[in-house]
Order: sequence, then C-alpha cells, then structure tokens
Amino acid sequence: MFYREAGQFKTSYKADQALFPILQDKVGMAVILAVAFVLIPLTANDFFLTSIMIPFLVFSLAAIGLNVLTGYCGQLSLGTGAFMGVGAYAAYKLTTIFPDVNVVFLVLASGIFSALVGAIFGLPSLRIKGLYLAVTTLAAQFFLEWCFIRIPWLYNYNASGAIEVPTREMFGVIVSGAEATPIARYFVVLSVVVFIAFLVANVLRGRIGRSWMMIRDMDIAAELMGIRPLQTKLMAFAVSSYICGVAGAMMVFFWLNAAEPSSYSINLSFQILFMVILGGLGSLGGAFMGAAFIWILPVFLKFIPGTIGLEVGAETVQHLTFMIVGALIIFFLIVEPHGFARLWQIAKQKLRVWPFPY
Amino acid sequence: MKHFKNFALGSAVALGVALGGVVPQAAQAEDANYVPLLTYRTGPYAGSGIHIANGMADYLAMLNERDGGIGGVKLTIEECETGYDAQKGVECYEATKGKNALVYNPYSTGITLQLIPKASVDKIPVLSMGYGLSAAAVGGTFPWVFNVPDTYWDGASVVIKYIGEQEGGLENLKGKKIGYIFLDAGYGREPIPLLEQLASKYGFELLQYPVPGKEMQNQSSQWLNVRRDRPDYMVMWGWGAMNPTAIKEAVKIRYPMDKFIGVWWSAGEDDAAAGGAQAKGYKALNFSGVGMDFQALQDIKKYVVDAGKSPTDPESMGGTLYNRGVLNSVIIAEGIRAAQEKTGKKVLTGEDMRMGLESLNLDEARLAELGLGGFAHPMKVTCEDHAGSHPVFIQEWDGEKFVKVTDWIEPMKDVVRPLLEEAAKDYAEKNAPWPARTEACPN
Repeated sequence: MFYREAGQFKTSYKADQALFPILQDKVGMAVILAVAFVLIPLTANDFFLTSIMIPFLVFSLAAIGLNVLTGYCGQLSLGTGAFMGVGAYAAYKLTTIFPDVNVVFLVLASGIFSALVGAIFGLPSLRIKGLYLAVTTLAAQFFLEWCFIRIPWLYNYNASGAIEVPTREMFGVIVSGAEATPIARYFVVLSVVVFIAFLVANVLRGRIGRSWMMIRDMDIAAELMGIRPLQTKLMAFAVSSYICGVAGAMMVFFWLNAAEPSSYSINLSFQILFMVILGGLGSLGGAFMGAAFIWILPVFLKFIPGTIGLEVGAETVQHLTFMIVGALIIFFLIVEPHGFARLWQIAKQKLRVWPFPY
Repeated sequence: MKHFKNFALGSAVALGVALGGVVPQAAQAEDANYVPLLTYRTGPYAGSGIHIANGMADYLAMLNERDGGIGGVKLTIEECETGYDAQKGVECYEATKGKNALVYNPYSTGITLQLIPKASVDKIPVLSMGYGLSAAAVGGTFPWVFNVPDTYWDGASVVIKYIGEQEGGLENLKGKKIGYIFLDAGYGREPIPLLEQLASKYGFELLQYPVPGKEMQNQSSQWLNVRRDRPDYMVMWGWGAMNPTAIKEAVKIRYPMDKFIGVWWSAGEDDAAAGGAQAKGYKALNFSGVGMDFQALQDIKKYVVDAGKSPTDPESMGGTLYNRGVLNSVIIAEGIRAAQEKTGKKVLTGEDMRMGLESLNLDEARLAELGLGGFAHPMKVTCEDHAGSHPVFIQEWDGEKFVKVTDWIEPMKDVVRPLLEEAAKDYAEKNAPWPARTEACPN
C-alpha cells in the first residue's frame, strides 16, 4: 500500500538500470538528503552536530569502506582502524607540507596512501582465506599502530606524540581546527560522505562490483569465468582502504581535532566491523544503520536517566549503556543475522502488502 | 520465528521513535555555578581515577553542604564518564560546555591536548593540575590553560635533583644509568625532552622503557630489560593499572625499591600495596598532603561521606590520590572565589573563571583558613607562569602508608623555564595560526 511499485513502468534500459528505479526510493532519498542538508543544519545545536552527526557520518563512511571489502568481496579484515590511521597521518603530513592546498582535497588525496598500504597488506588474500586472512590483517593493525607510535616523523616530532590539526580555510570559511564551526565541518563531512557513497553505489552495481561479488560467492567459479582473483581482491582492498583512509582523515580533521595512535587501535577496527555486521553485510544502507546503532544509541542512552529525572552516577550510566547495547546486539543478531538492512527489507515488504498480508 | 521478527521490527521502530524524542536537555539553573567534572570510574584507569573523582566531587559537595556553595551561590556538579578515552572526553566536553561550564579538568593528557585549542575558542579555561601539556605553563601563549602547581618537567627535574642529592651532588651523576619506565601515551612521553636535556647536561645515560597502554598489565619484557641493563635508578611515569604492575615486577626482579621513584600520579596507596612487604622503600613525588589531619577533610567526612551523599569509601579518604582530587577542587573553588572578587559577579562565566584562576594566590594563611594548613605548598599563578614551578616533596612507602621523607624540593626553574618557552613557541608555530593573547592580565 505504502510501498507499491505496481504501475511504475520502465520504458527504457536507462530507467530500468537507474540507481533508484522506484519512485518511492527516489522520494525517500530526496527526503533524507533534504533533512541532512537543510533541516539538520537549521535546527540542530552544536552538541548534536559535533558529537552525533559528524561522528555518525565518519563511521558510516568507514563502515561503507569495510563493507566493500568484507560485505561485497568476502574478505574479512581487522585492519580497518589502522587503515583509517594511515589516512589520518597522511592527511596530517600533507597539510604540514602543503599548507596552502585545500584541506578537503588533501583529505581525499590521503586516501591514496591508505589504498597503497591496504593493497600491500591485501597481498596474502590470494592464498589465505576467511579467518586466517583476518589474522594477517590483524598484523597490519599492529604493525601500523606501532609505526604511528614509533616513527616520530609521522607526527612532526611532537613531544606529545599526537597529531594536532591546524586551522585551515576553504573559500574563506574555516573548516578545520578548533575555530571551525560545527556547521562548516558538518557540511564538509556530509558532502564527502554523500559523494563517496553515491560513487561506491555505482561502482558496486557495475562490472567491478559484480566481479567482487563473484569472488565472494565462489572464487573458483569466478576464476573460471575469467575474473582474475589477484587483481580483483587487491582492488577491493585498495578501494576499501581508500574509503577508510578518507574516513580516518575526516575523523581527525573535522571531528576530533587531535588524535593519538590509540584513537586508531584495534578497538576501532572492531567497532567498524560490528557496524558492518549489525547493519548487514553487503548493504550500503546497512552501513549507515549499523553506524547509527553503535554510535548514536549509546550517546542517547547516556542522557535518558537525566532527562527522566533519575539521579544515577555517571559510571552507572556507562555500565548500563554497555549492558543495554550489548544485549541489543545479541538480540538483533539472533532475530535477524543479516542485520538491519534485512530488517528494513522485511519492513518494506510489509508496507507493500499492508493492510492485506498474505 | 515470524512473530519474533515482527516483534524485532516493532521494537526497532519504537526505539527509533523514542530516541527521536530524547534530546539532551540543558538543565541549567540560573543562580548556580556549573562545574563539570570529567572523571573515569570505569576502564583500566579506574583504579586511580575513582579516588581522584571522589576527592574532587566530595570537596565541592562539602562546600555546598557546609557553606551553601561559594559566595552564596551553589555549585552544580556534574560528572561525565570519559573512561580515560580521548573521544569520549571530547564528547563529554561538547555535551556539557553549553551549560555555561566554568572550567574543565580532563584528568588525561590525551583529552587535555584536544581541549587546549578549543579552550580559547569556547572561552572556557582548562585546569590540568600537574599534568597535560608542560608548555601550557607559558601564560602568554596559553592564556586559557592552567597547570598549577607543577608541570611534568618540573617533576622530572625534581627527581633528577633528588637522585643527585643521593649521589652527593649532581656532578656525580656522570656515567650513571637512569631508567625511565613510562606509559607510552602523551602522558608518559611528556617529560622525555627535559630528561634528555638533563642527561646531556649531567652526563648520565637515560634508558627508556615504554609500556604500551593496552599491555600495561604485562610488563615482564620491560622489566627483563631493566634486569639486563641494571640502571642505578628507576623513574616511573605510570597511571592506572600500570603502577601496581610495575611495582610488582620490580619486586619480582628484586630491584632495590629505594632507588625506584614514581611521579605524583604513581603515588597511590593501592599501587604501592600491590608490591607486598618488599615494596617498602618505594618513593614517589607528591604535592598534596597525606592523611586525614585536616579540618577540611574532617568536614567532608562529616557533611558528605558520613551523611551518605557520596560513593566514597571512608577507608580511602586521606589517601594520596583522594587528597589530590581534593586539592584540585580547592583550586577550582579558590579560582571561583577570586573571580567573584575580581568581577563582583556571583554567577560566573568561563571568562570570569579564567581571570580568577590567573589571579589565584593560595598562600599559607589562606590554606589555614580553609582548614588545610600544610596540605600543600603555597601556590600562586601569574599571567606569565600558569604552573609556577612550585616545590614538591618525596614520600616513601613504609609498608602500610606513605611517609614524607624530604622537605619541599624546588624544581630546576633555570632549566625548565627556557625549555617551556621554547616548547610553547614551537607549539604555536606548529599550530599556526595560533591566536595571540588578547586577554588582559587581571593582576
């Protein structure tokens, strides 16, 4: 009833192959974009932008990156945090070497370094599969984290060992550093995320994306059909690391303003992996839903006791948040192992046949 | 299973709707001064963090109970749990700064580093008492950051001075080996530039043993190296679970405990007690009094702890870290009082608080008036010097408690200050364009 595609005829191949072939999807996407670009900036306060929306978008992008590798190409990776770190440190070095270049350009360029590193650590994927590959990517995580701590050149020999983002302008507006307004940072992050998400959505339904999915579903069959596994897997690693690198660079430039090596630890890798698994492997929408669940839910849970007037200690709230989020993760994985993306599909199906389910 | 799925779907929708309705409300009373406390009672650093958090909250709560706040205005105290995690710390900062926060105490060098650039933009001072960025002592460059009473570099210079005294003069340090075991984070790395400078000046060899944060409970490899290198003295910059582990390991390799000196954050009773009877002789720097023989602490016990208004375990009161938390709140409270005097306002803003902290003058008479005579060395903040390089003392673990074993030792100001200024200049250059100081000096 609410979500019926009946009567929407496609009269050309172009219409049939559109990114959003159904009218409801087009409208829905337009509404989401309108909310993100117009409604939220108009109504949100600084806290909502800096502590909820910006991290949510950054994590969504990282989850998209890991989804390309794990969800679409079937290669399990635990090195996401480190690849994000490579992007962050590369962007930091680039902006100190080229202070006059537009910072958004540098952030996008820093992903290239991350892609190179990712491709190198993706080399074992030709011979090693599944959980064993996860272990080799774990090596990447530990090695790169070691580099962030032990190579002082990476953080410009700061005594603190942290990278601190300098103030940078874009078209006369300060977009990074402490003086940047949350609104400016939000717009930069949102634009980059939307741009990359649309790009990835299109790559995924083309030849490249399909070859990744073939490798995921059955690599021997894919090879017999003329897909070259090495190139395909390495490309997945490179693209995934590129996106993660951009997310990592945005994390420090537009959200945290400063980062220590521990910001890019194994915990971050796990966090992103949980987002992908909870959101749904092989779904871009799922990446956003997973990021929302893992990042936004705990932030809100923190404020619930205060809002309803309960006097609870800060540490108790923290413990409760851990327990509730943990329990919800188990709950959702039991009822729907395919993640929120699948739940959303079921919901769409229900909307389609409502009020006469069969 | 089908019903289960329906249920899941329904609950997901309900949750989404419910979350939409809950937006953090800025609960702000007009006639109160709001002091957010970034604390950590969870995670691997909770062992140290709980005592600090209790001390800070209890003193401010006592002022509310006993005096009805400061200058007749109540204090609104709110704790936000950071777990010693920089991201969560920044989240706490963003969540609370809109409620007219007066001052932030990050209790983590990592969080401090992130808040320093924000402080001048949001006009809220950062009080990092005895931690954080050492260079922040240079008030001309960092008008919004205060690290009274001492920077880590002051602390490191006192350790070297003390070792020199033990050896019969600093010139006797030549050829000696001094081991430095530290938490491999912003915190532990902070004193290295000064230690290196002193090493080249006095000719001792500095051996570094970094302990990564996630492996701080497994230091056997570091201590194996210590056993191999046989340093004449060991200096420690540890925090949380790293302290008791290091002391246990030192006992295990039979390192002479009287040659093992920790910074003031490695001075907890629980830390030393972990080493058992052999930990006797372990030394640590300190700048706040130990024990309960202070009127203010008795008042805390009477008005707050015994009244059941605090989660503090009465046993832990009077401990080094608890008292350190109290001293932190004393500085906040005195900053508020000074700001009220300077501005004539009762309800303050962050800008007023900055002026108050900059004109802080905690002399002996004032300490006695507060019921804290001899609790700390008199301390004074000037517009140029936000740390003040105040003297610290060394305490020794006698198997049951810490005992003060030295008099107040002055840091090597002549070495530290030029380095601080150089570091501040370096920081401003690296973070160009760093805002020049425009705030007038209140003194």
